[in-house]
Parts: sequence; C-alpha cells; structure tokens
Amino acid sequence: MMQDVKNRSVEKNSRRLFRNDMIFIVVLLLLVTAFGLWIYLVRGEGDRVVVTIDGKEIGTYSLAEDVTVEIRTGLQNEELNLLVIKDGKAYVETATCPDGICSEHKPISREGESIVCLPHKVVITVYAENEKDAPDIVV
Amino acid sequence: MRPATKKLAMMGLCTAVALVLAYIEALLPPIFHAVPGIKIGFPNIIIVFVLYRFGFKEATVVSLVRILVISFMFGNMMALVYSLAGAILSMLLMVVLKKMNFLSVVGVSVAGGVFHNVGQVLTAMWLLGTAELGYYLIVLTFTGTVSGIFVGLCGAGLVKRISKRLK
Repeated sequence: MMQDVKNRSVEKNSRRLFRNDMIFIVVLLLLVTAFGLWIYLVRGEGDRVVVTIDGKEIGTYSLAEDVTVEIRTGLQNEELNLLVIKDGKAYVETATCPDGICSEHKPISREGESIVCLPHKVVITVYAENEKDAPDIVV
Repeated sequence: MRPATKKLAMMGLCTAVALVLAYIEALLPPIFHAVPGIKIGFPNIIIVFVLYRFGFKEATVVSLVRILVISFMFGNMMALVYSLAGAILSMLLMVVLKKMNFLSVVGVSVAGGVFHNVGQVLTAMWLLGTAELGYYLIVLTFTGTVSGIFVGLCGAGLVKRISKRLK
C-alpha cells in the first residue's frame, strides 16, 4: 500500500520532469531559431573577407575577384591555409592543420560568416563594405 | 572493502570507461558534414552517470582527469584549453539545474551539452579576438541539444540499471 503510493508519486514526479524537459528544449530551440532567422534576414551578402592570425588583421580581399591566397603561419612559416575566392565565395582549399576542419567548411559569402582554423589561429570573416553607414532596420 | 578504497576503484573504472568511449568516438566517421568538428561526446555519458550516482565532486574529478588524459594522448594544448572551458561551464550549469530539481537527467544533459559549446566558443572568441564566432552558436545549439538528448538518455539508463550498492 505504502509502496503503491510512493511509486505513484515517483511516476508523477518523473512525468513532471519529462514535461519540463520538453518545454526547456522547445523554448531553447525556438529562441535560437528566431535569433538565427533574425541574423539571416538582417545580414545580406558580404563583399570582402578579412583574414586575421591570432587576432591580428593580415589582409582584406574582395569577394568580387577570384584570387588564391597562401596564409602562412608557424615559426618558419611552414604551416599553410590556402584561401580561395571564386564566384563570390571564399573557402579554404587545403590546409596543413591536423584536423582539417577549415578545409571541410562550406564556402562562405554572407556577412558575418567565418571559417576558423583553431590550430593555426586563422580566422576568415566576411564583411560588407557599407556596414558602417548602412541605416538601422526600420520596423 | 573499505568505502574509500571502493570509491577510488569505482572512480578509476568510470574514468577508464570514459577514456575508452573517447577513443571509440575518435574512430567513428564525423556525423555532421555541414559544420565540421562536431561530435556527440560519448564520454559525457559517464560524466552524467557519475554526477547522478555519486555527486558533483566525483563528476568534476572524473571529467578533469579524462580531459587531461585525452588531450595529452590525442590532442594538443589548445584542445586542452577549449575542452576545459566547455567542461567547467557545462558542469557548473548541470550542478545548478540538478539541484533545482526542475529537469530530468535528459534536460540537465541537454543544458550541459549546449553550454559545453558555449564555453568553447566563448574561449575561441576570447583567444582569437573575433566576436563574429558567436554565430557558430546557432548551429551548435541544435547539435548540442541532439547530443545532450542522446547522452542524457544513455546516462539515465545507466543510473537506473547500475545498482546503488556500487556506491
């Protein structure tokens, strides 16, 4: 009898926790989706990429012209990330980093998108030329 | 066996299993190709289990030891920094949420998974001085949620099936 009551209260409690889990997960994903959509709508195509190594800017390249840039890092400049700009998109063709995450990343072209190579501390980020004097969004 | 010895043996066993899970995960092909570098984090199943079966201190120790060992064996010093930041932030949040008794193991694990990513991205933003990296969190929240659900279900299963007498 006592066991029954206890079991029922445990079950009730676990159902409450399960419901809270669902609410938590759904709210979390909705918030992030809304934020992602908002970012996507606010930000359009960029027109240049800025390359930084360990936070220091080393170059800016227009997305309008096709170029290939050797980004050299390491003590003897022995490490390489080969940045390619083609058809308005930037991507890393090959890299000497151990994980290869940067070269697997999809091509980027929208403002704010970036490709990161953590081992080489290289960050390639898309910017839009007119971002400073662009008007705020009118609601 | 003396309780302290028994506990030491249990913690050693849990750490060993976490390491093996990390090794197995490293052998598997990447799961999600659009954003590389994402994994489920199998060892976190053990961390969640230890957190619920033994407690906060024990889970923190097992987590720190496996991060140190994994980083020294497979990774580098940078991997160590990112892993530590993610693990510490997610552990703090999981402990608080567990105390609040508001979410089940799965919900706590999802929060842990998502904040593991938050910790790592914040570290990357700080180390690389690039605030734009924050946008990775949009995708990473989804993958962190999926990982968290998987890890939480496995962890809850372990907590339920492995006898309390092990303590």
